[in-house]
Amino acid sequence: MSNTNPLLDVSGLTKHFPIKGGFPIKRTVGAVQAVDGLDFQVAEGESLGLVGESGCGKSTTGRLITRLLEPTGGKITYRGQDITHANRRQLAPIRSEIQMIFQDPYASLNPRQTVGKIVAGPMEINDINPAGGRENRVRELLEIVGLNPEHYNRFPHEFSGGQRQRIGVARALALEPKLIVADEPVSALDVSIQAQVVNLLQKVQRELGIAFVFIAHDLAIVRHFSQRVAVMYLGKIVEIADREDLYDNPRHPYTRALLSAVPEATVEAEPRERIRLVGDVPSPINPPSGCRFRTRCWKATEKCASEAPPLVQADGNKPGHLTACHYPEVRDAVPAPRLAKDPEAAA
Amino acid sequence: MTPPTPSAAAPLEVTDETEKKSITSDGSKGSESRSPGRLAWKRFKRDRTGVISAYVVIFFFVIGIAAPLIAKLYGKNPYTTYTTQHPELLNAFSYPAGPNGGMSSEFWFGIEPQLGRDVFTFLLYAIRNSLGIATAAALLTTVLGVVIGVTAGYLGGKTDYLVSRIIDILLSFPSTLFFIAFMPVVFGFFVAPDDNIPTSLRATALILVLSAFGWASIARLLRGQVLGLREREFVEAAKVTGASPMRVVFKELLPNLWTPIIIQSTLLLPAFVTAEAGLAFLGVGMIDPTPDWGVMIGRGAQFYTEDITFMLFPGISMVIFVLAFNLLGDSVRDALDPKSKR
Repeated sequence: MSNTNPLLDVSGLTKHFPIKGGFPIKRTVGAVQAVDGLDFQVAEGESLGLVGESGCGKSTTGRLITRLLEPTGGKITYRGQDITHANRRQLAPIRSEIQMIFQDPYASLNPRQTVGKIVAGPMEINDINPAGGRENRVRELLEIVGLNPEHYNRFPHEFSGGQRQRIGVARALALEPKLIVADEPVSALDVSIQAQVVNLLQKVQRELGIAFVFIAHDLAIVRHFSQRVAVMYLGKIVEIADREDLYDNPRHPYTRALLSAVPEATVEAEPRERIRLVGDVPSPINPPSGCRFRTRCWKATEKCASEAPPLVQADGNKPGHLTACHYPEVRDAVPAPRLAKDPEAAA
Repeated sequence: MTPPTPSAAAPLEVTDETEKKSITSDGSKGSESRSPGRLAWKRFKRDRTGVISAYVVIFFFVIGIAAPLIAKLYGKNPYTTYTTQHPELLNAFSYPAGPNGGMSSEFWFGIEPQLGRDVFTFLLYAIRNSLGIATAAALLTTVLGVVIGVTAGYLGGKTDYLVSRIIDILLSFPSTLFFIAFMPVVFGFFVAPDDNIPTSLRATALILVLSAFGWASIARLLRGQVLGLREREFVEAAKVTGASPMRVVFKELLPNLWTPIIIQSTLLLPAFVTAEAGLAFLGVGMIDPTPDWGVMIGRGAQFYTEDITFMLFPGISMVIFVLAFNLLGDSVRDALDPKSKR
């Protein structure tokens, strides 16, 4: 990934959903700060994992990149071209290069269209006529994603969840994109099917050189799939690093807590320290001041409440490993009593 | 919006056999896909009530369309007063002289009291006119409702708010009262008060007024459906690939809306048949001598103490038609939307 010019460059990306209230004239009384100042880059052919708890703004980020949502602030640059506020016509040439795979394979396929029509749709919209005709291309795509090309005339309701997700992948591939935003592509699937679909995506990524923004809440799958991982908490990236770096040497307390929650697959594994986060994620309508994680952090001090930590390369980090914490974790440090933050939870 | 018609349906008596046959034929051509429409058609064919109702409804429509032909073969028309040439057909009190309203081999359904018109052809043309007006009104209503409802639901925001309030107001209107009060006003727009109102104008005005009040319920239903559908991921998927709003509406949303549209319009048509007849009965719709179900029933109501036969033919035929069409609508709904089973 020795690319000086990243494929996708996101800086200061913000999305606030206004809350309307009042009668009879509705006014904006507040905002859900779903995404608040994200900075990250995706290089060509690279897979960036985006992890975090429910409601931390992962899906919103995905929808902002694909421009299904209009950003409130910040900048999205695709190959040097600013697409932050581009309208449908301006986006047209880029549409075919950024595609999306959706979470729910039961909702993402039109029940009234045949598989052939669904997969050929993107080509029709963008007026692409591949050599040998669209139908041939669709059959080819179905084969790539591991479906029987004979299923061309079937309807989505005749397929299982995993097969449907493969159709979704085929649709995303139809335009030969450079970047695919995969919004929790496997979380709605059976565990046994998840691996198949992830491996399919991996094959697609390697063979076709497509960059991925892979949104997930399953750390194991992200580890399997993504070269770089960004951890989000309440609309902000708290840590971003290369895969090995992040999993071996998490510097942000939140990352550490998340990783400690991943179950061990081997029986002989030594019992690890388990960090239990207490309380709920605060409301994005009224996020905590300073560091957003401070309400659940066992290390929080007054500094954390007054000063938002910038996303920087912390001491002892490899280049490219950025952490937003005033007191980054140190590897193998003896964990402090980590449940003491909330007296209720101790009971 | 034409309701599925079982024109090619297998004979009813052999349902079991045909089912077995269809299964085997399905197996032989396995690549043939089962589209949602085909599945619905299969379910519909299994529903006896629906199939019989469909036959009845088709029968009525065929009669309506073929009315001039049948009248020609029969050799009479609905306007001639046959008693001027044959005064012996009526008795001293101007009621049919023969038994059962004067039913005979010459006048199959008897003759009308007083004027002596032929009931059979009058009924044929009444069915023709009533169904024509009701069908036109139902079509126009559906088109209006779909366009307005889908637009409001898809655009949302202020458009949706405005349209929803208009729908609220329309639905809170006492429409029958409004028809009675408003029909003369509508005629007044086009014709000077003393002139005769041409039949075509009456029909057009009826269709317009019925549609103007009918679209609101369909529009509200579709608005709700679109509100739900437009947030679905397949719509987002289409948008990600750069689909225009037009394409999203016509290719992604509309195919998913056919079910409620078909169901609503099949239930709407019989309602319009009765509404139109009601208006004619009250004297604000079609009027004598234009053949019409409501006109016939209105005339029959004048004589029913002496000559019930004249009342029976339009009354029973209308009940059969409306009942069959409503049952058909129910069956269509069950076939298209199997989850909504009673």
